[in-house]
Amino acid sequence: MGPTRGGRGQMLKYSVRRLLQSLVTLLIVVSAVFLLMRLLPIEGYFGDGYDKLSESQREAVLQKMGLLDPWYVQLGSFYAGLLRGDLGTSTIYRQDVPVLQVIAPRIPYSMRFGLVAIAIALVAGLAMGVSMAKHKGRAMDKLWTGYVVFVNAVPLAVYLLFIQLYMTELLGLPLLFDKYRPSSWILPALSMSLGSIAGYAMWMRRYMVDELNKDYIRLAMAKGLPRSTIMVRHVMRNAYVPMAQYLPASILMTISGSIYIESLYSIPGMGGLLVDVIQRQDNPMVQGLVLIFSSIGIVGLFLGDLLMALFDPRIKLAKSEASR
Amino acid sequence: MIRDSISAGPMSPEAILAAADGLDPALFEPAAFDASAGERGGYSNYSYWRSTARGFLKNKVALFFLVLLVALLAFTFVQPLLPGQKSPTKIHIDPATGMQYRNVEPCAEFWFGTNTIGQDLWARIWSGTRTSLMIGLIVGAVEMIVGIGFGAIWGYVRRLDGVITEIYNVLNNIPTTIVLMLLSYILRPSFKTMVIAMCATGWLGLARFVRNQIVIIRDREYNLASRCLGTPTRRIILKNLLPYLVSVIMLQTALSIPGTIGWEVFLTYIGLGLPVSIPSLGNLVNEGRQIMMSPELRYQLLFPTVVLSMITISFYVLGNAFSDASDPRNHV
Repeated sequence: MGPTRGGRGQMLKYSVRRLLQSLVTLLIVVSAVFLLMRLLPIEGYFGDGYDKLSESQREAVLQKMGLLDPWYVQLGSFYAGLLRGDLGTSTIYRQDVPVLQVIAPRIPYSMRFGLVAIAIALVAGLAMGVSMAKHKGRAMDKLWTGYVVFVNAVPLAVYLLFIQLYMTELLGLPLLFDKYRPSSWILPALSMSLGSIAGYAMWMRRYMVDELNKDYIRLAMAKGLPRSTIMVRHVMRNAYVPMAQYLPASILMTISGSIYIESLYSIPGMGGLLVDVIQRQDNPMVQGLVLIFSSIGIVGLFLGDLLMALFDPRIKLAKSEASR
Repeated sequence: MIRDSISAGPMSPEAILAAADGLDPALFEPAAFDASAGERGGYSNYSYWRSTARGFLKNKVALFFLVLLVALLAFTFVQPLLPGQKSPTKIHIDPATGMQYRNVEPCAEFWFGTNTIGQDLWARIWSGTRTSLMIGLIVGAVEMIVGIGFGAIWGYVRRLDGVITEIYNVLNNIPTTIVLMLLSYILRPSFKTMVIAMCATGWLGLARFVRNQIVIIRDREYNLASRCLGTPTRRIILKNLLPYLVSVIMLQTALSIPGTIGWEVFLTYIGLGLPVSIPSLGNLVNEGRQIMMSPELRYQLLFPTVVLSMITISFYVLGNAFSDASDPRNHV
C-alpha cells in the first residue's frame, strides 16, 4: 500500500507541483470573477435608493467604493483587501456589513451537510456497487441500474423537489430545516448524496466486474479459495481505488447540489445564501460567495487528486505525461 | 454426374484449342500491379453503420424509448398546427361571470387544467417543451462543434497540449453551477443569455473525451501501419479515428439535451431563468412549485414534470444505447 521508497520523493514532488497548480488556478479564477463582476451595471450597488440620489451623490458613493478607478487599480486594491481578509461590504442583503461577517456563521452548516452527504454517498454507493456486481445481469443489478439512470437522466431540480414534497408527507418529517430538530436533517443530507451514490455505485460496479475477470482472481478460484476470502482479501482490499477516483467529482457534485438543496429546505448555509443574494442582486455578496465556492472546488479537487495519488500506486506521477 | 464426365471421355486436342479460341486473349497477358485489387483481397462486407444499426436494433429498451421520443418530438412540433389548440399565453375568461378560469382542474375543455391566472396548461406545456428543446438543440450543436474542434486541436497538435491542458485544469476546477450562475447573473436573463452560459460550460467535457480518444488511438500500431503504407490522412481520420469518436460524441451530445433542460429548471428556480412571459419547462416547473403545498393544485407541477422526465430519460437511455452500439469495440 502507498508509495514505496522510490515513490516517496516523487509523491512529494507531485504534491508540490499540484499545489502550485492549484494556487495559479485560484489566482486566475479570483481575478476573472472580479473582472467579470465589473461588467455589471453600476445601479446594482445602490439598492433601492438609486433614484433618490442626485448625480453628485452617486458619484461620491462610487468614488468611495473605488468603482471609478481603472480596473487594474481596483483589482490591486481588491487583492490587498483579500490579504487582510476583507471581501468588501454587503450593499443590499445586510447593508454595510462586511461580506465575510455575513458568510462566516453559515459556513459550519454547509460544511457539515456536505461532509455528511459525501460520507453517506461513499458507504451507500460502494454497497450498491458491490451488490450490483455480485448479482450482475439479475434483478438486483437491473433495479439499481434503473436508479442510476433515473438520477442521471431526470434533472436534480425536479426529483429533489418531489422528494421534499412527498417524503416529508410520507415519513412525517419536517418540510423545512430546523436547527433544533434533528429529524429535519435527514432529508437534505440524503438528497445531497443521491447523485454521488449513483456515481460511486457505477465506478464500483465497473471496478468489481473488471477485477473479477482478472487472472489472479481466476488463479485464486482455481486454488480453491472460498469466494468470501477472495472478496475480502483481494477484491475489496483494492476498492479504495474507484473510491478515490470518483471523490473529486463527487465533491463538485455535492457543492452544486447543496446550492439548490439548502435553498429548498431553508438551511442557513452558504448555498441558500447565494440564491438569496442573487435574487436581491447584492453584487459584493455574490462575488464573495462565488469566490468561496470556487475556492472550495479547487481545494476539493486538489485533496481528491492527492488522495488518489497516495492510494493508487499504479498511477505514475509527475513525468508520465511527457512520454505519451 | 461422374458417369457423364467419364462417358464424355477426355477432350480431344482439337476441342481444347477450339474452346481456347473463344477466350479473351487478354487473360493470358501478365497482369500489371493494381493497388485497388490488393485492397479487395482484405475486404469483408463489414459496414460500420450497418453494424451499429444492428447492435442498436437488438436493444429493445432503446427501441421503446426511440419510438416514445420520436412521437413526443413530432407531437411537440405539430401540436400548434392541430385544430382546436389554444394559445399558450392567452388568459381564458369565463363569459358568464367575466372572471378568469383560475386553477380549473383537468376537464374536457382544458385537458391539463389551467394555471393560477387562467392560461391553458396543455398548450403551455407543449409550447414550453418547444422552448426548452430549442435551447437544448442549439446548445447541443454548439457544444458538439466547439468540443470536437477544441478536442481535435488538443489531441493532434502536440505543442499546444500543455497549454490547453492547463486551461482545462483552470476551468474544470470551478463547479459548473457556479460558472452558470455567475454568467447568467452578469448577462441579464434572456433566451440568448441562457444559451451563451450553457455553451460556455458544456463543451469542456466533450473536448476532453475527444482529446483522450485521439491521443490513445493516434499512435496505435494499425494507424502507424496505415501511415507507413501511405494511406491518405483523410482516410485515416474517416476509417480509423472517427468510428471510435462517434460513440463518445453522440453520447455527449445526447446527454447535453437533458443536461440543458435540467440547468434551465435550476436557473429558473434561482430567478435567472427566462422571463415568465415565455413558457418553458423551467418556468412551468417553477410555477408549479410555488403552489405545490395545496394538494388539489399539484397537477400543475405533475404534468410538466412528467413530460420533462419522459424527454430527459429518453435522451439519456438513447444516448447510452447508441453509444454502446456505435462503439467499434463492441462490433463483432
